[in-house]
Amino acid sequence: MKPLLQSETFVRIAAPLAVGVAMIAIWEIGCRLGSIPVYLFPKPSDIFASLIKNGPSLLRALLITLRITLQAFAAAVVLGTLIAFTFVQSRVIEVSLFPYAVLLQVTPIVAIAPLIIILVKNTQISLTVCATLVALFPIISNTTLGLRSVDPGLANYFRMNRASRLKTLVRLRIPGALPYFFGGLRISCGLALIGAVVAEFVAGTGGRSSGLAYEILDAGFQLDIPRMFAALFLITVTGVLLFGAMVGLSKLALSNWHESELGTET
Amino acid sequence: MQRSNNHYTTKKPVMNAPLPSGPLDAHTAGRAADRPPAVEVLSAEKVFANGTQGLAPIDLTIAEGEFLTLIGPSGCGKSTLLKLIANLIQPSDGRILWWRGDFGQVGQDGRRLAFVFQEPTLMPWARVDTNVRLPLDLADVPRGKADPRVSDAIARVGLSAFARHYPRQLSGGMKMRVSIARALVTEPNLLLMDEPFGALDEFTRNKLDDDLIKLWWERKLTTAFVTHSIYEAVFLSTRIVVLAANPGRIFRTMTIDEPQPRTQGFRDSARFAAYCRELSTWLSEASLPSASGATP
Repeated sequence: MKPLLQSETFVRIAAPLAVGVAMIAIWEIGCRLGSIPVYLFPKPSDIFASLIKNGPSLLRALLITLRITLQAFAAAVVLGTLIAFTFVQSRVIEVSLFPYAVLLQVTPIVAIAPLIIILVKNTQISLTVCATLVALFPIISNTTLGLRSVDPGLANYFRMNRASRLKTLVRLRIPGALPYFFGGLRISCGLALIGAVVAEFVAGTGGRSSGLAYEILDAGFQLDIPRMFAALFLITVTGVLLFGAMVGLSKLALSNWHESELGTET
Repeated sequence: MQRSNNHYTTKKPVMNAPLPSGPLDAHTAGRAADRPPAVEVLSAEKVFANGTQGLAPIDLTIAEGEFLTLIGPSGCGKSTLLKLIANLIQPSDGRILWWRGDFGQVGQDGRRLAFVFQEPTLMPWARVDTNVRLPLDLADVPRGKADPRVSDAIARVGLSAFARHYPRQLSGGMKMRVSIARALVTEPNLLLMDEPFGALDEFTRNKLDDDLIKLWWERKLTTAFVTHSIYEAVFLSTRIVVLAANPGRIFRTMTIDEPQPRTQGFRDSARFAAYCRELSTWLSEASLPSASGATP
């Protein structure tokens, strides 16, 4: 048997874990040695205690945020893919609409969120719309790029065999676009979460309560700093899990053929 | 149309060079012309969009069952000529007939042509059998009918054990075999190959050449082949057309009348060396700027 340190999987899991543990330990010890008050900067143990104490309310808030995130992410994937398909159908459509997709991307969500929250009465829906707007662009741009990045030799082959547009799409363009699409998913899932939290903040300052962002705001008003950190911790964990899920999905779909997902051994 | 057909089909293959003496004496030149033509290139020329004359008007007949090789210095238009024959590009002037008809009729009468590129151009996301099945899938051949043909084609290129592999798991030579299997699965009557083994090492190339000539012989498969390699051309061809550049035109034609199917024994023979020497001389002549090889 190989020594544990030479095992690729072990190192991949253990090394970042060790860094994390070390950082938490330094944080805890530093706070204790410096006697930093809990309302300025809480110790990890304070945060953990708060997490346990406020568990039910935090979990409820997490579920709300998660629901908005997933709804927005799903909407972004469906919409983004449809828009990308439309783009590759005709150059004219792409040229005339792409600038507006960019416009959507560069407009800060914080700036338009209040407007959307006012316009859309239902808080859930308005927050989902905001988060969708943030998550949409990577899907559009990556999928469009993927659908366009067809191996010219294969495209030639399909033309020679008089393949219909539909067959070329299904057998050539879509499989070829998958690596790009999954790359888009990875970026987009994180953005959906960020969009949801940002929108919740805006809604929260406007008095409409929901989700983890509102928990953070509320904890801030009450100077309950450990609860702020606990909520932040939950957001981070959610983001990491979402990203991990996308990585897993992409591995599942591409591991057989695409370079990005091939193991070190071939 | 009928008249011009007859005119060209009765024409002997272009032969304006003396055959090498000695071992080649016994050859009956132009035997291929006795068979019906698969492809007739009738004064077809190609002028590119930027005005350069890619090909001067060319007359060339490929007879059924022939293994014809196009060879020449780079820029002589051998790939262009092959693409014209494949109908991948259209001639600027003149015309090309396939089995004495237009390209539109190819496929309707059950006659098909297949093209093998220099690159294997396989779908990386699909296994070998799916890649080979592609032309049948594109032609809506039902799975039940397609699958036996697919396994047969894969067996013919010797890859049965790799049918469920992905292209990335195969070597360059094996990928090329998959590409050839994909061409064979359509049961083509005309196989067009554009430097298919150009990117392979010589050992692999010889091995593939051996297999290709066997396939050609078993199937009586009319083949047009483009290569840079003199040895490959001599080994495979029944007829070699040497092209010269500026503008691309037929320089000379060599008939290789040797027993079939050829084996390593032919490569080792003195006759093989004589052909190669002769062809090599022709190629250097064709590469000279003063090459006076205007179409005869």
